[in-house]
Amino acid sequence: MPVLTALLAGLVFGIGLVVSGMADPAKVLAFLDLAGRWDPSLALVMAGAIAVGLAAFAVARRRTTSWLGAPLRLPTSRHIDTRLVAGSVLFGIGWGIAGFCPGPALTALGMGEAKAAVFVLAMIAGMGVFELLDRRAP
Amino acid sequence: MDVDWSSFTPIASLAGGVLIGVAAAVFVLFNGRIAGISGVLGGLFRPGKGELGWRVAFILGLVAAPLAYARFAALPRPRIDAGWGELVIAGLLVGLGTRYGSGCTSGHGVCGLSRLSPRSLAATVAFMAAGFVTVFVLRHLL
Repeated sequence: MPVLTALLAGLVFGIGLVVSGMADPAKVLAFLDLAGRWDPSLALVMAGAIAVGLAAFAVARRRTTSWLGAPLRLPTSRHIDTRLVAGSVLFGIGWGIAGFCPGPALTALGMGEAKAAVFVLAMIAGMGVFELLDRRAP
Repeated sequence: MDVDWSSFTPIASLAGGVLIGVAAAVFVLFNGRIAGISGVLGGLFRPGKGELGWRVAFILGLVAAPLAYARFAALPRPRIDAGWGELVIAGLLVGLGTRYGSGCTSGHGVCGLSRLSPRSLAATVAFMAAGFVTVFVLRHLL
């Protein structure tokens, strides 16, 4: 059952990325290009997602288990450190270069785009580098 | 500021956003997890007990979504202007950065802001700002 709901969540998420235009790097870059011909669409993607998310997490916050009885794992850390900010800045630079963040890259891969496949492989390699560095750290 | 109204897709983008929110809702309420793509994917390097199934299923759903979409409507083709070298550099930065920063647009941007997490707000401001600056430098300075 958790596998089925995860599959469903992934499918709906990906369809949302296609419908919203987030799976199109050109549209993402047009949003990030404040000094060019700016396309504000992606602000509305965030607005729509957060409107639903606020309600969902308000319900989730009061529970300790999911509707399937799994433990509810919400992050507890509130610490804003260099790791968080520097990592996010690196991510933002990569996002600005190609117009892909992780979800849309995987969905564009499903559209059969060779360029998305190259991005996804490099992204997985980047995550592998993190695993190596992080495992070595105390 | 020069807004490109001809490319503005308010209804589709809002509707797509709602679907993304519904997916995050399903995932937290049924699976008890944050729908953060970088975390779900990166967690496959060292999956905990019983985690492999749902992690793979979520990723498969994301990849298979265009197939499902194409059953109902013509699939739009993405436009990827970045060259091969740029895609490799960008992919490495996104993979490394999202794992160090503990999240991406979905985990921090959608779920974190929905949880009113100050940590996720800081991360979202950082990656959005870096994205805006990077595009400005690449398109208008270089």
